[in-house]
Amino acid sequence: MIRMNLALSVLSRLPVTLSGVELTKRGRAMAQLALTSCNLFDSSADRVTVHFINRDGERLTATAKEGESLLEVVVNQNLSIDGFGACEGTLACSTCHLIFEEDVFQKLDAITDEELDMLDLAYGLTDTSRLGCQVCVKKAMDGLTVQVPAEVADMRRELEVGKQSK
Amino acid sequence: MGSSCGRVCWKWGSPLRRLPGFSRLLSTAALAPQICVVGSGPAGFYTAQHLLKHHRLARVDIYEKLPVPFGLVRFGVAPDHPEVKNVINTFTQTAHSDRCAYYGNVTIGKDVMVKELQRAYHAVVLSYGAEDNRILGIPGENLSGVYSARAFVGWYNGLPENRDLKPDLSSETAVVLGQGNVALDVARVLLSPLDILRKTDITEGSLAAIACSKVKRVWLVGRRGPLQVAFTIKELREMINLPGTRPLLDPADFTGLGDVIKDIPRPRKRLTELMIKSAREKPGEKEAALWASATKEWGLKFQRSPLEVLPATDGKQARGIRMAVTRLEGSGESARAVPTGEVEELECGLILSSIGYRSLPLDSSIPFDPKLGIIPNSLGRVQGAPGLYCSGWVKRGPTGVIITTMNDSFDTAQSVLEDLQTGVLNLSNSKEGFKSVRSILHSRGVHPVTFSDWEKIDAAEVARGKLAGKPREKIVDPQEMLQLISH
Repeated sequence: MIRMNLALSVLSRLPVTLSGVELTKRGRAMAQLALTSCNLFDSSADRVTVHFINRDGERLTATAKEGESLLEVVVNQNLSIDGFGACEGTLACSTCHLIFEEDVFQKLDAITDEELDMLDLAYGLTDTSRLGCQVCVKKAMDGLTVQVPAEVADMRRELEVGKQSK
Repeated sequence: MGSSCGRVCWKWGSPLRRLPGFSRLLSTAALAPQICVVGSGPAGFYTAQHLLKHHRLARVDIYEKLPVPFGLVRFGVAPDHPEVKNVINTFTQTAHSDRCAYYGNVTIGKDVMVKELQRAYHAVVLSYGAEDNRILGIPGENLSGVYSARAFVGWYNGLPENRDLKPDLSSETAVVLGQGNVALDVARVLLSPLDILRKTDITEGSLAAIACSKVKRVWLVGRRGPLQVAFTIKELREMINLPGTRPLLDPADFTGLGDVIKDIPRPRKRLTELMIKSAREKPGEKEAALWASATKEWGLKFQRSPLEVLPATDGKQARGIRMAVTRLEGSGESARAVPTGEVEELECGLILSSIGYRSLPLDSSIPFDPKLGIIPNSLGRVQGAPGLYCSGWVKRGPTGVIITTMNDSFDTAQSVLEDLQTGVLNLSNSKEGFKSVRSILHSRGVHPVTFSDWEKIDAAEVARGKLAGKPREKIVDPQEMLQLISH
């Protein structure tokens, strides 16, 4: 409750609306500051730091709650990752695809057939890929770094246009 | 900021220039790109979203020929796949942006021409998708009982132009030509237990027709083999597990495939393994029980290419299909089906051709490649037409899922953003945007539907659906939609 009020009072002074589209970098930073500083009052949740390397190479750092999925982290912290989580965590797309470091990947909870089915459609699939909506943050993941995959739409585009002539 | 501001301010004389903030306001207004997008499906909305997010000043107007937005998300995604439609939430957020406006009930190429849009906007993005389908080009294609899967999907999803399709569902066997996700969708809708369908947003009219359907068996027929199926594993798994049905997969079709797929990429490998398993392995106890009590069935037929739809004795109705048996030359994605000379016939009274959607040229002024069915472009920039861009199926061809279109739309938006930055799109020519389009539409008696108008239609559909235990009851008559918002 305190967290919400503090965040809202900070945000209300910002000249832009609180929608994923409009929030400026500064606005996001302020929101994050408000939310994190509120956490000093919140002793119950265990905080875990997660770094997302965005497609343009920028590192986005977030503090997550233990048990949150990585998709929830991106959404709750309003991280600027284009098109992330289109189906809102229902295993109906692959837009929350993330690439993990090998040692971290090995320690993640087992992948289900349902997740594999959607992951199989992801761009730039690697051996250490997972869907962010299916990976939950654990204390041991503190300092985790994940990579948002680059899109390879160009290559695909040429291939698919070529296909039409059959 | 300096020079263009000076040019604009001079017109109103020096006293105004001294007003604090005024000159900055004018120069900002002069530098705000006016962009419009034609089509409000995933391509249109994702292109708009990316532009709005990555340019602080750009204004984006989205035009749509129907009163209602969202394109194939509303009219293509199957009724029993509601999670796929969650993207509507992010599109709604985009539409609510104060630099974005939605204008439905406006047909570009009829109510307003592309050239007129180009006069009003700095950039025009064509994202109008594929409204037609590829034709079989075989005798009997126009007999009663033969439909395109596109029209059938439009029918059960409430697309206004397909609401009077009245498909003939009186025969026991249906043949779907094509083995993509659309083929699986139509098979699944034909065979799903009514208890499942009645809780979805399938239209009332089509649900009633399906309730009277005699269809018990659906064959999905492909020209090539198991390694060339275009459907994806999640949809196949769903079909295999469809309550009340049993799969008819011929083990002979899968002989020796286990070895072939050992080293191929994981997605194709897992998909093929699932087919092999379902065809060759003995079902588990639970599955065996389900299949034993099944009243409906579906199967895959490979290496069969349609030659002719055979008429019944009245000469008007389809009664079967004659197909060429093929063999494969080459392998993988590029394998080609070659007739062997052998021919086969399959008895059926319902034939759905699911061989691909197809884009149409919008306006004679826009370049269009009729062979490929796309607007010729390079990275979304329409060739030979500065200021004109395209995204989605009309740019790439009608394949792929929403994420494919999303990435593609972001790519096109990047091209627009680059051109804004480098000055290829000249912002010192100020454009009026919707202001000038509004007067054109008014003079032609066209009344655009706004996003809040859509929200009224949306609320009405949801309210009607609630009475029937459905997420919504779609309104299928555009006149009814317009009446609801008092147009």
